[in-house]
Amino acid sequence: MTASAAIISLASVSKSFGKRGAASNFLAVDRLSLDVGQGQMLALLGKTGCGKSTIFNMIAGLTEPTAGAVMVDGCDPFREFDSLRGKIAIVFQNDRLLPWRSALQNVELGLEMLQVAREQRRATALRWLTTLGLRGHEHDYPHALSGGMRQRVSIARAFATDANILLCDEPFSALDEMTGRALRAEFVRLVKENGKTAVFVTHSINEALEIGDRIVVLKRPANIAFDLPLSGATSDTEKETIRGRIQSVLAA
Amino acid sequence: MTMAREQEQPASGAPNWSMAVGRRVLTYVLPFVVLATLWQTASLFFPPFLFPSLVDVFRRCIDILLSWSQLSDVLATVGRILAGLAGAFIIGVLLAVLMVRSRVVNEFLSPILTLFQGIPALSWVVFAIIWFHGIEPRIFFIMVMTTLPAFTFQVLAALQGMARDLTEMVMSFRPSRLQLFRVLIVPAILPDILTAWKVNLGNASRVVVVAELVGATGGVGYELLQQQQVFDMAGALAWTLQLVIFVLIAQGVLSLIESIAFRYRAVSERTL
Repeated sequence: MTASAAIISLASVSKSFGKRGAASNFLAVDRLSLDVGQGQMLALLGKTGCGKSTIFNMIAGLTEPTAGAVMVDGCDPFREFDSLRGKIAIVFQNDRLLPWRSALQNVELGLEMLQVAREQRRATALRWLTTLGLRGHEHDYPHALSGGMRQRVSIARAFATDANILLCDEPFSALDEMTGRALRAEFVRLVKENGKTAVFVTHSINEALEIGDRIVVLKRPANIAFDLPLSGATSDTEKETIRGRIQSVLAA
Repeated sequence: MTMAREQEQPASGAPNWSMAVGRRVLTYVLPFVVLATLWQTASLFFPPFLFPSLVDVFRRCIDILLSWSQLSDVLATVGRILAGLAGAFIIGVLLAVLMVRSRVVNEFLSPILTLFQGIPALSWVVFAIIWFHGIEPRIFFIMVMTTLPAFTFQVLAALQGMARDLTEMVMSFRPSRLQLFRVLIVPAILPDILTAWKVNLGNASRVVVVAELVGATGGVGYELLQQQQVFDMAGALAWTLQLVIFVLIAQGVLSLIESIAFRYRAVSERTL
């Protein structure tokens, strides 16, 4: 990946937690360099606690790297926080719906931040709720929706802003197998159809193989153990070989 | 057949519903009826300056409400309570925001507010009489000082207790400060704010009487002092009831706001 084609770029990024200069700082990310190209769907795979979410938060601009540089669409997501308004949308591990807002109002949230006119944002939110099979539930509050429905609302919320970059932090891990699989397939279709760039954090090898057109496996503390492009032409046999390699890396 | 059965259901459900409402009203009203009966019985055996008849008390209540000079005393007290609470709330919110944003400010203000909480209301009355000349500034000062710590700590706890995952989610959309305040902070802390108002309303209604008793020339507290001097128990009760009625109305208004603002909550939460 050339730097010019990269929409997300991490250059020798480290992140440690604890007081500055303290001897017992915890190193979560260790000199990680990673470029993600426009339209790419990157599956970031690693064991629990390997620093995936820390990388995710740094790309989102919610955490500042201790060293190195993170650039998203030409901006530092932490220091130039406001510059990326409307350019990044996030689907979190749990739905994180505001309990005092209906499904429709939750989907409208990002559009409100972008100061989209009321009628337009209502129409957009409704369109996304319909796309995700939630027509008829737009006025329901989160407590009245099932876990799968709530996660659909959170996906609709992310897509509604039409952000170019989607960051997903294990969004289907809290759902049952069947719901998770159906929603995952739908998600991949929507990302491809809408030409988004997506970084998909997961600890599931199957999920990474299903979703990513590139898989980056992380070792602990977070750094690339191996980086592998996938394509629609990757055969099942090749996928099995890749699965074996990933398993051996994760087991190490 | 089925339709006939369906039509019968609401009809058979209606008496159950009205019985449940009736039982609930009875449960609520019964203790007051028992208390009133005991008082009225006592009034038959004791002199009026100890246990006046409830009819007398009711008449005095009506007199107060119909006479502008007396009603203005009630309204003055209500105004003092609301002004004091509003002042304490505004200052409390500002202090809580400063405390949540700065650990230094938090560490500096927390012990001071805790100290203020330990000072009796009567001491604030004495301080106010010494420090201030006017009656209204005195009472406002007393009301603010006695309710400020509770408001500040309650708003502070609400701000500190805001769900971190929801904050991160809203922040991921990169809101302006005003948007963050409107879409997240206000709705998230509103339940605690309403609880703080409910708690402080009761406290304020007790403190205002003490403040007026000692440092005012009008209001419910002042009128109570007048009744005490002539041993008029019916009057004392009637003036006390004015304050109780105000507190009940204010609590009702707050409950109404709660039921509208928190309609998003699951029913099971509300019944807890």
